[in-house]
Amino acid sequence: MARITMRQAITDALREEMLRDENVFIMGQEVGVWGGTYAVTRGFYDEFGPRRVRDTPISEMVIGGAAVGAAMNGLRPVAEFMTINFAFVAFDAIVNHAAKLRSMFGGQMKVPLVFRAPGGGGRQLGATHSHTPDVIFAHFPGLKVVSPATPYDAKGLLKAAIRSDDPVLFIEHATLYQLRGEVPEGEYLLPIGKADVKREGSDVTLIGYAQGLQVAMEAATDLAKEGIEAEVVDLRALRPLDMGPAVASFQKTFKAVVVEEGHRSYGIGAEVVARLQEEAFDYMDAPIKRVAQHEVPLPYSRELEQAALINKQRVIDAVKEIL
Amino acid sequence: MEKATLLEWYRQMVLIRRFEQKCAELYQLGKIGGFLHLYIGQEAIAVGSIAARRAADHVITAYRDHGHALAVGTETKYIMAEMLGKATGVSKGKGGSMHLADVSRNFWGGHAVVGAHLSLAVGLALSESYRGTDNAVLCYFGDGATNIGYFHESLNLAGVWQLPVVWICENNQYGMGTAVDRASAVSEMIRKAHAYGMEGKQVDGMNVFAVYEATKAALQAVRDGAGPQFLEMITYRFEGHSMGDPLRYRTKDEVEKWRADDPIGILERHLLEQGIATQQELDQVDTAVDAELAAAVQFAEESPLPALEKLYTDIYVDSE
Ligand SMILES: Cc1ncc(C[n+]2csc(CCOP(=O)(O)OP(=O)(O)O)c2C)c(N)n1
Ligand SMILES: [Mg+2]
Repeated sequence: MARITMRQAITDALREEMLRDENVFIMGQEVGVWGGTYAVTRGFYDEFGPRRVRDTPISEMVIGGAAVGAAMNGLRPVAEFMTINFAFVAFDAIVNHAAKLRSMFGGQMKVPLVFRAPGGGGRQLGATHSHTPDVIFAHFPGLKVVSPATPYDAKGLLKAAIRSDDPVLFIEHATLYQLRGEVPEGEYLLPIGKADVKREGSDVTLIGYAQGLQVAMEAATDLAKEGIEAEVVDLRALRPLDMGPAVASFQKTFKAVVVEEGHRSYGIGAEVVARLQEEAFDYMDAPIKRVAQHEVPLPYSRELEQAALINKQRVIDAVKEIL
Repeated sequence: MEKATLLEWYRQMVLIRRFEQKCAELYQLGKIGGFLHLYIGQEAIAVGSIAARRAADHVITAYRDHGHALAVGTETKYIMAEMLGKATGVSKGKGGSMHLADVSRNFWGGHAVVGAHLSLAVGLALSESYRGTDNAVLCYFGDGATNIGYFHESLNLAGVWQLPVVWICENNQYGMGTAVDRASAVSEMIRKAHAYGMEGKQVDGMNVFAVYEATKAALQAVRDGAGPQFLEMITYRFEGHSMGDPLRYRTKDEVEKWRADDPIGILERHLLEQGIATQQELDQVDTAVDAELAAAVQFAEESPLPALEKLYTDIYVDSE
C-alpha cells in the first residue's frame, strides 16, 4: 500500500470519479486554470477541459444554487467553496435548497451533488477565515455532512459522496492536507454515516472526527506511555451520525471525552453527550468531558490562536480528570 | 394563430383566474393554510410565455406559482389537492401553495426564498448546455427579486457561461408593499440586464400576444446561440401581495386604471372583435372551466391527508 497525503487521496478520488462518470464535473473559484487554491485539482483543467472543470466568478450564492439546479436535472456537480467560511454566503443554497427540495416537492427530484470545502483553524488566518462550523450544517435534515480524518477515509468517503443521490457537504480540514496515510491501490468506497474505531483501548473512550480525531490519537499515544489505554472512535460523518461504535465503546470503558475543533457551545460534543446519556445512562461512571475551541473569535497571533484551539494536552488533562 | 390555440390560451387564463378566486374562498374557509399569493392580473404572462416553449424547455418560478403550474398542463385537481395539503397533491402535501412542481412536465417549482431559484435556473441551463442540447430555461421572478444578490450573481454567471436562459421579470410594480422606485435604484428592470450583457426587452405583460411573440423570439435567440435573454413583462397584480394584505401602499384609482387593462378582457375583445370566436363559444369555455374546478375541489376535499408514516419519507434517496 502506498502512503499518500490526504490532498493526493482527495485528488485521486475526484479524478477516478470524473473518469468513471461523464456526469461528474467540478465547479468553483480557481479550480481550473489555477489548479485549485489548495492544489487539489492541479492538472484537471488540462486533462478534462473547461467544460468539466469550470472556473466560476466570486459568486458563492450562484455556485451553491447552480450546483443544485444542475443536480436536479441529473448531473453530479462537485462544487468547491474556496473555504467553508465562504459557504456562509451560500448558506441558503445549501441548507434551504440542496437539503430541502426533495422532501418539499414530495420526492419528485433528487439533488446528487457534493459541496467540497476546506475548513478549520490553526493557520493564523484570523477570525473570518478560521471557522470549524461543521455542526451548523449538520443541523439540517436532508443534507449529509462528512469530514474525514485520514487519507484512506477521505478517498473512500469522497467517492461515495459523489455517487450518493443525496447532497453531501464534504469538509476537508486544511491542516490535514499534508497528513500521510496508507491508501490501497484500486477502487474502494466507504459507507457514509458509519463511525469507525481508529484505536482500541479499555480505559476511556475518545470520540472525535477530522482534526479532532487526530488530536485524540496523539493524546492516546501519550496516554499509553503512562499505561492508560484509550479507545478512539472516529465519527467520520456528522449527519447521518452513527453513534453505534461510540456507545459500544462507552459501555466498555464507562468514561468518555469528546474532542472537536469547533466551539464548545452547541457543538458535536453536546450532541454526543446527550446521546450517550440517552443510550447508555447506566454505564456512566464519570462526567463526560468536552474538549473544544474556546468561545472566542479565533485570533491571528500564533500563541493566542493556539491557546484557543484544542491540543493533545487538553485531551490528556480531561482524561485524567475523570479516570 | 390557429383559432384552437387562441381558445386554449383563453381557457388557460380563465382557468387560472377562477382557480385563484376559488383558492381565496377556500382560504377564507380555513381550508388552505400558510401564505397564499394570487396571480390575478398576471395570467397573460404564464400562459403566453409557456405557450412559446417546447415541452423539453424548463420552467421555474417563485412562490406566486399557481398560474405557471396550470399553464404547463399539470392537472388542476392535483394542484388543488396540494393547496389543501392532501396526499394526492403534486408535492404530496409537503409543499403547499408556494411549492408546486411537476418534474414530469419540466416544471421545477415554486420557490419561496426571493431570488434563490434564479441560481437553480442557472444550474438547469448548465445541465442542458453541458449535454449539448438546445433546450432552454424559462425563469420567472418579480421586480423585487432584482434587488437581491442571487439575481446579480445568476445573471452574471449565465452571461459568462452563455447559458440558455430566458429571464422573465414579472414587473407588477411592487414587492409586497414597496413600489419599484422605493426599492430599486433604476426603475426599468432591463437596465439591470444591460450590466450582464443582455439588451433586454420591455413587453406589455397584459397582452398575451405580445408575451408569446417576445418569448418565442427570445427562445429562438437562445437556441441560435445568442446567449441568455431578458424580458421585462410590465404587469400588475390586481389583488394584494398575499391574503390579508391591507393594501395601504396603493390607491384605488391606480388599481382601477390597471384593471381596465385586464389581460383576459384584452384577449376576449380580440377574439370577439376579430370574429375569431363567438360569445357563445367563450361562454362554453367558461362553463367547462367551472366544471373542471368544481371537480378539482371535490377531488381535493375527498382525497386523504398524508399518512403520518410519510413524515420521514423523501428526505434522503439513499435511505429509501
Ligand atoms: C430572501 C427573502 N426575503 C424576503 C422574503 C419575503 N418576501 C416574500 S415575497 C416578497 C416580495 C417579492 O416581490 P417581487 O419579487 O416583486 O414578487 P411579487 O410578489 O411581486 O410577485 C418578500 C419581500 C422572502 N420570501 N425571501
Ligand atoms: Mg413585484
